Amino acid sequence: MSDEAVGCARPTGATVGEPPPETKFENISQKETIMSTAKVGTKAPDFQAPAYYRGKFTSVKLSDFLGQWVMLCFYPGDFTFV
Amino acid sequence: MSAVAANYEKLQELSVEVISVSVDSYFVHKVWNDQELSKMAEKDVPFHMVSDGSGNVGKIYGVYDENAGVELRGRFIIDPDGVIQAMEVMTPPVGRQLAETIRQIQAFQHVRATKGAEVCPAGWTPGKKVLKPGPDLVGNVWKVWSPLKDH
Repeated sequence: MSDEAVGCARPTGATVGEPPPETKFENISQKETIMSTAKVGTKAPDFQAPAYYRGKFTSVKLSDFLGQWVMLCFYPGDFTFV
Repeated sequence: MSAVAANYEKLQELSVEVISVSVDSYFVHKVWNDQELSKMAEKDVPFHMVSDGSGNVGKIYGVYDENAGVELRGRFIIDPDGVIQAMEVMTPPVGRQLAETIRQIQAFQHVRATKGAEVCPAGWTPGKKVLKPGPDLVGNVWKVWSPLKDH
């Protein structure tokens, strides 16, 4: 959750501790099993990604929240209506 | 997400950290907070608003819509050990019910506090009957819990 230097490029997130996804020699079904690894009763996949938090640009790493309950919420987009 | 911001105190009482994720940049997150969410919630967004422009995070959680290039509505309850205890995934046009998420967190926290000695039957809310799993309960749930009276 450290402050991040603000550049002009749009920052994005990445998984932590996972190899970059292989795109060669893969069919779609293999790709899907690699891509979706979140299941109830198993460890939440770790990630690190840029964030906006209380007036600052920060970086969030999920594993920094070990020891706490976390509600992780995905949504389609800012300024959408629902 | 405005509902979560507006009712954030309820989650804080349960010691829950909130992380929201969309494909928008953190520049857009800031403007959304400043221009709209802060007015709806009557305060600045108090939780972490993550930017997942590449969809990498959404993909491993199975909630990234490749065709639309956005995340679906996916909500994950993660316990202090980092284990996913509950998930709910919905298509975009219908919003979530925060009260149900809070109920589930309360139930999982109760089970965790009792180290699994007590479990929460359907419709459980704090104060309602819990069940104590064991050989004596097998075939006898009907004696201690009623879906008509206790649900």
